[in-house]
Amino acid sequence: MDSKRTSEVLSVPTPQPPESAAEVPLEIHDLTVSYHKKPVLWGIDVVVPPGKLIGIVGPNGAGKSTLIKAAMGMLPVSSGWVKAFGKPVKESLTRIGYVPQRESVDWDFPVSVMDVVMMGRYGHLGLLRRPSRHDRQVVLECLDKVKMLPYANRQISNLSGGQQQRVFLARALAQESDLYFMDEPFAGVDAATEAAIVTLLHNLRDKGKTILVVHHDLPSARQYFDMLLLLNMRVVAFGETKTVFNYDLLQATYGGRLTILSEVADAVHARESGNGR
Amino acid sequence: MNRPFKFSLLIPVLLASATNAHAARIGELTDSSIVEQALRFFTFQDPTVRFALAGTILLGITCGLLGSFIVVRKMALVGDALSHAVLPGVAFGFLWNMSKDPVAIFIGATVAGLLGAAAVHLIRHTTRLKEDTALGLVLATFFAVGVCMLTMIQRLPTGNKSGIDKFLFGQAAAIGAGDLKLMAVITVLAILAVMLFYKEFLVTSFDSDFARSCGFATHVIHYGLMLLVAFAVVIALQAVGVVLVSSMLITPAAAAYLLTDRMHWMLFLSAIFGMLAGAFGAFFSFLGPGLPTGPFIVLGATTVFSIAFFLGPKHGVITRWFKQRSRSNRIQRENTLKSIYHVLENRSFVGESVSLRELAERRRETLEDARIQSKALARHGLATLHEDGNQIFLTPGGWQLACSIVRNHRLWELYLTNAADFAADHVHDDAEKIEHVLGDEVVRAIERRLKYANRDPHGKPIPSLEDVQRGAAPRARREDSVGYGSSI
Repeated sequence: MDSKRTSEVLSVPTPQPPESAAEVPLEIHDLTVSYHKKPVLWGIDVVVPPGKLIGIVGPNGAGKSTLIKAAMGMLPVSSGWVKAFGKPVKESLTRIGYVPQRESVDWDFPVSVMDVVMMGRYGHLGLLRRPSRHDRQVVLECLDKVKMLPYANRQISNLSGGQQQRVFLARALAQESDLYFMDEPFAGVDAATEAAIVTLLHNLRDKGKTILVVHHDLPSARQYFDMLLLLNMRVVAFGETKTVFNYDLLQATYGGRLTILSEVADAVHARESGNGR
Repeated sequence: MNRPFKFSLLIPVLLASATNAHAARIGELTDSSIVEQALRFFTFQDPTVRFALAGTILLGITCGLLGSFIVVRKMALVGDALSHAVLPGVAFGFLWNMSKDPVAIFIGATVAGLLGAAAVHLIRHTTRLKEDTALGLVLATFFAVGVCMLTMIQRLPTGNKSGIDKFLFGQAAAIGAGDLKLMAVITVLAILAVMLFYKEFLVTSFDSDFARSCGFATHVIHYGLMLLVAFAVVIALQAVGVVLVSSMLITPAAAAYLLTDRMHWMLFLSAIFGMLAGAFGAFFSFLGPGLPTGPFIVLGATTVFSIAFFLGPKHGVITRWFKQRSRSNRIQRENTLKSIYHVLENRSFVGESVSLRELAERRRETLEDARIQSKALARHGLATLHEDGNQIFLTPGGWQLACSIVRNHRLWELYLTNAADFAADHVHDDAEKIEHVLGDEVVRAIERRLKYANRDPHGKPIPSLEDVQRGAAPRARREDSVGYGSSI
């Protein structure tokens, strides 16, 4: 029964990669990632077309954050590879921007809003190089785009959740990348900021940037994103939102149909770490 | 402001008297010889003094700079573990050629420190134990081994053992020319590293995931910093001693963290504080023979920290207390003004003054309390007192403030009932607090929102902006007049 549903799921047409291979922003092939010897992502295959705003959705523990971290080469992988713009991802990092989860940093850190956004320029600066006038200019423009320019010289602990998120977005904008990974940019953000971020993402997309956003709210996912990647330890489906956003696929993603897979994962974990009986 | 400052000054004074008492007890120093020693210290004639002072200042700078990163990376315990872990290395370095050769001790200590770090790493990554437990384990074990070895060395029949015991609590006077050279090299190295790799240290400390996504080798930067910290710990051993060296990394940086919100200022202040603490420790340990330097350096650093803790302009405990007190005094004055307004309003603003008794009755307090309050108003130029302080006349400034507070209160009540659908009897207590914090901008916005209404939910007139600006009792208004005054 389980395998039958899986084959149904896999029959959803995945988008065809564009002809010019060099312009594929992201290609993930057979990626498997384990935490403490317990697999959390299994055989991920994704070819992301350029100029799309893509939502990554799935239940808690589906491996959404893990997927984007692994895609940027930040985690050791058990198998598979990731290419960005036709090159191994580690060689393309200057073309990749990242918005981590807001809670991942200490907001009492002694830096100003300006300092944080300037970090977006660091990847472009060489070793021993200091930010130039041009970098400052870019940073101020990015702060303006997220309407945080008046706060440029504030210490970051005085910001609200929505403002913190906008600072992170400004930092990602300052990276001037072609491919963006964003980890829950809407978490703990007020409605006004959420709307502003969506507009910003659409503008970026219209300029031909590719954006992958980890998202956990299904109703809004349907409105915001061009494409959806339904994830639960493996890719349940990846395609245009209107094709993929249907009851069966969401049921397959959230409905606990993956018990066999997670049981096997537990078994692998038990054997590898020597706790199995 | 004066009292807390004196209090912080007390600490060094107490310390000085403590050394004095100690010296008197062992009968080696008298008051006059302490003065002599101090003179010798400040004239820098003695090369020991020059070496000790230069050494403690150098290590203060190094530890202050690197300690800032330790503190913001929340690795204070790591510094502690590292400093204890180097002790066996010191002993090995000594055994190498049975003398206190700075280079041999430096190499031994650095190797031991790195071994300790590796042990922590191994425990963390092969067991389910967390970092703090691993640090505690390694710290104690290495320290125990070190103490055993030092004890053995003390009993060896051969070799120049002098000063090896000083590594526990530090003795700045034992710093030699060779030690000083090594300290200078490490200090220059630390300053250069912080200047050249500032952005790398900053971004990896603040957001290591983001740093990695930009292609920074976070592990290399982390272990590079750890190596520098190990160097700093090793050069600080001679002066501060193994037991207390981690405080040199943490205390000046913690004090700087309380005083500034910017990393580069924190680095600068922390280095300055480290220097001050170093000089302080060198001076006090010089006052008596055999006084350890480490504890004095630490207490010097703690003095700086206490000043920052109590008097820091933003986060200082006493500063905050003063701000809070002045705010609550202001609120009290504003409430008194409001009561005077209410008394006059109940008389339809007939007569200019309010008697103390009327005020006390209105505020349901004793005459004495009312007198204290009215005197506070007089001190701030908000009122004048007549007939032995029994009649209170508001000054124009007093009227302005009274009108604007009443206006804030009533506007807020009206806003809550009209715009936020609160019941009229639910809004008073809230307005009691809000009236003191509403800024002009918010007041204008509320007025616009309320279409310049002129009566609060209880039917009382809201003073107009014109009333506020006139600085006198509000004039009777026609029923159709609006918030900006009767003229509109």
